Amino acid sequence: MVNFLLKRFLQAAFVLLAITLIVAFAIRLTGDPALMLTQGAGSVTEADLAQIREGLGLNKPFLVQYSDFLIGIFSLDFGRSFLGGTPVSQLIGTALPATLMLALAVMVVSIVVSIPLGIKAAVARGKWPDQLIRILSLLGLSFPNFWLALMLVLLFSITLQWLPPSGMDGFSSFLMPAVTMGIILTATNVRLVRTSMLETLQSQYIMVARAKGLSERSVLYKHALRNCAIPLITYFGLQFGGLLGGIVVIERVFNWPGLGTLAFDAVGARDYPVLQAVITVLSMMIVAVNLLVDIAYGLVDPRIRTE
Amino acid sequence: MSAVVSVMNFSRFKNLEFILGAVLTGGICLLVLLSDLLFPGAADRIDLSARLLAPFASPEHLFGTDPLGRDVLARVVAGGQISLQVGLVSVAGAVVVGVIMGLVSGYYRGFWDMVVMRFADVQLAMPFILLAITFIAIVGGGLSNMIILLIISQWVQYARLVRGSVLALRDREFIQSAQAIGVSDFNILFRHLLPNLVGPVIVLMTLNVANNILLESSLTFLGLGVDPLTPSWGGMLADGRTYLQNAWWVSVFPGLAILLTVLGLNLLGDWLRDTLDPTGRTSR
Repeated sequence: MVNFLLKRFLQAAFVLLAITLIVAFAIRLTGDPALMLTQGAGSVTEADLAQIREGLGLNKPFLVQYSDFLIGIFSLDFGRSFLGGTPVSQLIGTALPATLMLALAVMVVSIVVSIPLGIKAAVARGKWPDQLIRILSLLGLSFPNFWLALMLVLLFSITLQWLPPSGMDGFSSFLMPAVTMGIILTATNVRLVRTSMLETLQSQYIMVARAKGLSERSVLYKHALRNCAIPLITYFGLQFGGLLGGIVVIERVFNWPGLGTLAFDAVGARDYPVLQAVITVLSMMIVAVNLLVDIAYGLVDPRIRTE
Repeated sequence: MSAVVSVMNFSRFKNLEFILGAVLTGGICLLVLLSDLLFPGAADRIDLSARLLAPFASPEHLFGTDPLGRDVLARVVAGGQISLQVGLVSVAGAVVVGVIMGLVSGYYRGFWDMVVMRFADVQLAMPFILLAITFIAIVGGGLSNMIILLIISQWVQYARLVRGSVLALRDREFIQSAQAIGVSDFNILFRHLLPNLVGPVIVLMTLNVANNILLESSLTFLGLGVDPLTPSWGGMLADGRTYLQNAWWVSVFPGLAILLTVLGLNLLGDWLRDTLDPTGRTSR
């Protein structure tokens, strides 16, 4: 077990190291921040540009800049934004909760909806409720998320004027972004729940539970669901990365003050510290969730450890 | 008896799924291919006297017109060319790279296998959209850069799929006997192993064409994709967003086009999965 944990931790550390290195390197190829900062400033000499670069620490060798960034991560110091000099950790500190709250809302909506629907489909395998759920889930998978968001705005903000079209301000502003991503995530999750339920329902303890005369509800939700919880948690965990990617786009449509909006503004201004911090934080979260899922799985199923 | 009935229902449903998928995909492809014949030049014809005409009002502009008086229907049909091109070319590229990498790393194992798999780990932990905005900030937008970006971000899926299957097959008797009679490695990889993997790869390809059409349109919508002057579904949606309040049709029809195309491909992919990959190696 110790070997297994060590191996997984080393793998995760390697992935993060590789990502930060790639990102830090790639970002410096996107263009000169000094030029972006002086755009429209009239006559700018090469000496002025050099001075700006020195002020931003861009004249140091790449490896020095990278190791500074790497060491800073451990004390949550991501440097200062090139625009206005706000500490990046402060920007992340306000944007991260906005993104996480939205991700959590989407996860909750999708799990609450997909479990009963997936169970229904599995129980009615091959009959019309199963087929209806299957078609609806294929439809849900086919929506471009940003268009779905626009259509919700068209319906609920413009036509009916029930919900605010953008921004993050109270419960009502959560509804449309959460439902947009929720529909797409639910479409995937329903199929996962259905598949794992189908396997579980064929096992003998379910037959025993039925033979004992337990109510169908208790058989499905207490006995069967508990036993497919582990594969389902794994799947839900693995989706986290994709979910964050989708939210980044949705944030743009709803002007949501999260990490996606922060990243888009940063790339436009070549604000290196902000962009590399956003990508690092998002990747760290994805790696951490995958690591937790792996460890949980290893604890439960000894076969995984000796893969 | 009831089991027999439900199996029959199921297969009839599968046929329906195939027919719906084939009709949607085939119909859209046909329309898009014939767009230059059906609407010659109409996609780019600006007519400021006919700005923002409502849909279904005149037979000339069935889907209405956009803020520059261009016919929305003609632009939607022409925009499909970009989507289909990106979807097909990017998947073809990812398959070639991914299948070769997967075959080689699964068959030879060792150092190369480790490099490919660690690379896959790294890529899976990077949110695609952020990878995309960085990549496009470096090399610029445009059709070919977007296709390259999609290939870079997706070959790994094929490599993992193929590698997994090769690992399961490489010690089977038919491979061992081929090795024993001295068949070259190249022939073992491409004539003995590859035909056994075609099913799952085709399923993944169909689903990925759908997925890449979605990714292309989101990138273009965000202003990171193809040139805004070329008619494309994502680009039309970006334009239409500004006019959402008073001209819904400018953003409704391109989005519907994406939805129906992707739905058609997903239906086909789902049907193909049950037909070609019953053990579910490609299930999500």
